[in-house]
Amino acid sequence: MADLTTDFVGIKSPNPFWLASAPPTDKEYNVRRAFEAGWGGVVWKTLGAEGPPVVNVNGPRYGAIYGADRRLLGLNNIELITDRPLEVNLEEMANVKADYPDRALIASIMVPCEEKEWKAILPRVAETGCDGIELNFGCPHGMSERGMGSAVGQVPEYIEMVTRWCKQYYDRPVIVKLTPNITDIRYPARAAHNGGADAVSLINTVSSITSVNLDTMSPEPSIDGQGSHGGYCGPAVKPIALNMVAEIARDPETRGLPISGIGGVTTWRDAAEFLALGAGNVQVCTAAMTYGFRVVQEMASGLSQWMDEKGITSVDEVVGRATPNVTDWQFLNLNYIAKAKINEDLCIKCGRCYAACEDTSHQAIAMSEDRTFSVIDEECVACNLCVNVCPVEECITMEKMPNGATDPRTGKVVDDTYSNWTSHPNNPAATAAE
Amino acid sequence: MANSRLTPGVVAQRLGDQDYSRNFADKDPLLDTHEAAVAADRCYFCHDAPCVTACPTDIDIPMFIREIQTGNPQAAARTILEQNILGGMCARVCPTEQLCEEKCVREVAEGKPVEIGRLQRYATDTLMSADVHPFTRGAATGKKVAVVGAGPAGLSAAHRLAMKGHDVVIFDAREKPGGLNEYGIATYKTADNFAQREVDWLMQIGGITIETGKALGGDLTLDGLRGDYDAVFLAIGLAGVNALRAEGEEKTHVTDAVDFIAALRQAGDFGSVPVGRDVVVIGGGMTAVDAAVQSKLLGAEHVTMVYRRGRDAMSASEYEQDHAASKGVRIITGAAPLRLHGNGAVAEIEFAYTEAGPDGLTLTDNTFRLKADQVFKAIGQTLDGVPAGLELTGRKISVTGAGRTSLTGVWAGGDCAAGGDDLTVTAVAEGRDAAEDIHATLMGG
Repeated sequence: MADLTTDFVGIKSPNPFWLASAPPTDKEYNVRRAFEAGWGGVVWKTLGAEGPPVVNVNGPRYGAIYGADRRLLGLNNIELITDRPLEVNLEEMANVKADYPDRALIASIMVPCEEKEWKAILPRVAETGCDGIELNFGCPHGMSERGMGSAVGQVPEYIEMVTRWCKQYYDRPVIVKLTPNITDIRYPARAAHNGGADAVSLINTVSSITSVNLDTMSPEPSIDGQGSHGGYCGPAVKPIALNMVAEIARDPETRGLPISGIGGVTTWRDAAEFLALGAGNVQVCTAAMTYGFRVVQEMASGLSQWMDEKGITSVDEVVGRATPNVTDWQFLNLNYIAKAKINEDLCIKCGRCYAACEDTSHQAIAMSEDRTFSVIDEECVACNLCVNVCPVEECITMEKMPNGATDPRTGKVVDDTYSNWTSHPNNPAATAAE
Repeated sequence: MANSRLTPGVVAQRLGDQDYSRNFADKDPLLDTHEAAVAADRCYFCHDAPCVTACPTDIDIPMFIREIQTGNPQAAARTILEQNILGGMCARVCPTEQLCEEKCVREVAEGKPVEIGRLQRYATDTLMSADVHPFTRGAATGKKVAVVGAGPAGLSAAHRLAMKGHDVVIFDAREKPGGLNEYGIATYKTADNFAQREVDWLMQIGGITIETGKALGGDLTLDGLRGDYDAVFLAIGLAGVNALRAEGEEKTHVTDAVDFIAALRQAGDFGSVPVGRDVVVIGGGMTAVDAAVQSKLLGAEHVTMVYRRGRDAMSASEYEQDHAASKGVRIITGAAPLRLHGNGAVAEIEFAYTEAGPDGLTLTDNTFRLKADQVFKAIGQTLDGVPAGLELTGRKISVTGAGRTSLTGVWAGGDCAAGGDDLTVTAVAEGRDAAEDIHATLMGG
């Protein structure tokens, strides 16, 4: 089995699976259970400043989106940072770290944007022996109304400023956690980088309302008939997170900046994808909240198995493997011609491909009397919708047309030479092909 | 419990009260909301769905399941009932394993179809228990239609005609309406007096009168009806029973399975229904299965179903055969009765194995005897009491189009009409379609 030991900005952990700062990491009891279950690291639930802790609502904190069979696809929450006293958290962190020296323990911190506040808390956090800190510039609900969380993460100047203070008053790795509730993730990432951050972690949760109760007309989760936007997470946000990770990984200004990938990691495969796009490790929350801590065992065995199959011996070798393949649309090869192909042996004849193509796409699937479905190459633009709506994996595939064949849709001969929009004759700004 | 399974002869009270309640309880209980949600989530919402094609009443199955999925079982029920007003009964008695569920793409893919029948029942029961009748009568047309037979075809036609604004009178020979729904289906498939509850619910449309105890013949004649009504729909079913044509058929305790099933349905107390210790049922259809299984449930020690052809030719589905087997019914195929033995009452029945050849089925010399103190004949029903003047096709009333008979102004549907497959759901479809045709005819002229 491949070795999953991970070194992320100098912080070692037996595997790249950390629990994100969130409800599962609010107490020593939970964190000990997490480490016993096999998690490589834990980012402790966000600490606030000394003094009376924040309070949480006393009604529901979570709302959800479901797929078939009530499978949880997305969760949102309106829980604030830890509502337990700072000293209790710090003491528990020290206890846990002492008992699990091989695991990563990170303190997540959110205090007001004043230098003295950061200067005050950082030495106390350092005393716990934790391996690093994560600056919570991400939470979109509650604390943002008080000028913290995503209110900071949305202003690159603040990110840079606070990061600088942390680097100044704390001597271990500083990870800056970014909010996705911005227009372009590269700006806050650059700010963190400029401030001296050792790494960024992303994404924090997405501002959201999960549903509306149609009897009471209250958004969910409902607190006495009213709701507030919460932070959305879980499998539904993974595509957003993957893109943001890739954007940072391939941005010339932040390239090489270590990334802790967060957002809907539910299986080993999700984790591998984050790693491939440039994350050095991943953080998980919703999967644990949905299924319990044991899911990490599947993640570890799955990643390890896959690495073995690929002949990869360390997590580092996975990191960034797919990053070079993320490009701009304008550089996609327009000479790559594919056609959908339906495997009749696998087809169960549900006809969803037909309905999708006929109603909403290119009328490129034919249906016979006996419900045999076949692709009309003359019409197929290879949009992939049939593949996406087919309930049977691998039943419909996209097949590349070979060089020299004639595309029956366009009548043009397939040419294997790479050619993109920048040199396309329809592009008014086209440059001559090399 | 005066007797036991081992008491010889045809006796009542073989079991205790608790056994009877358990044995005759709902075979496939109503799904609860969670079960329905899980079952509904499996539907793929197929395009031009094979399940719909397989449904004789063309219920939009993917749509009603989607309506269940989205938390609206009453809308689902309406989708069902628009096509099949007896959707509640059909959900209980349809051989879904040979119809919609057999064609379900998940049956093809996984050998486990979406539970369409049970989902249909979930929807229709939800609506009926809320006592909602989702249809209203159209404006009165002043036309009167007579429906003969209050079984599935007759009820279906009557409801559709009433919806269109016609006044409908249903005549039925029996004491209660419902036809085979009330008298011909195993008790555990239609527990809690469902057949009557469904008729009561159906009647909420208004404009329908039911006159029971009235059969064609005597005062009620087809000519009379044609004179008094603007149209007549015949849904008289198959009142006759085929004879065994085996020696000794007249012996005591050799009876028709349909009578046994009817008596059991009407019995207030299952313990009062006598059953043999060694029961033999002759036949291979649903009636045979219902009689055999219920004999077992009443406490018969041995129940054997004997069918003259091979298992593949049995009209009882594999699912029904398995159900019978699971209740302890032994099924012998490829054997036909030769003679019944016994002094007054039947004691044994002798069979010969059969052989299928080019000239049909022949009896071989290979014979065997089964101990039998009760024999049920379930070898098919026949048309009985057809009014003169109607053309027949084979042994059923000839029809063209949507149930038009050879007589102007007379339609027929259900088991008495030619074509079809003697299923409840088919009868409902035929009644509905005939009603539409009657309506078009009455209003078109």
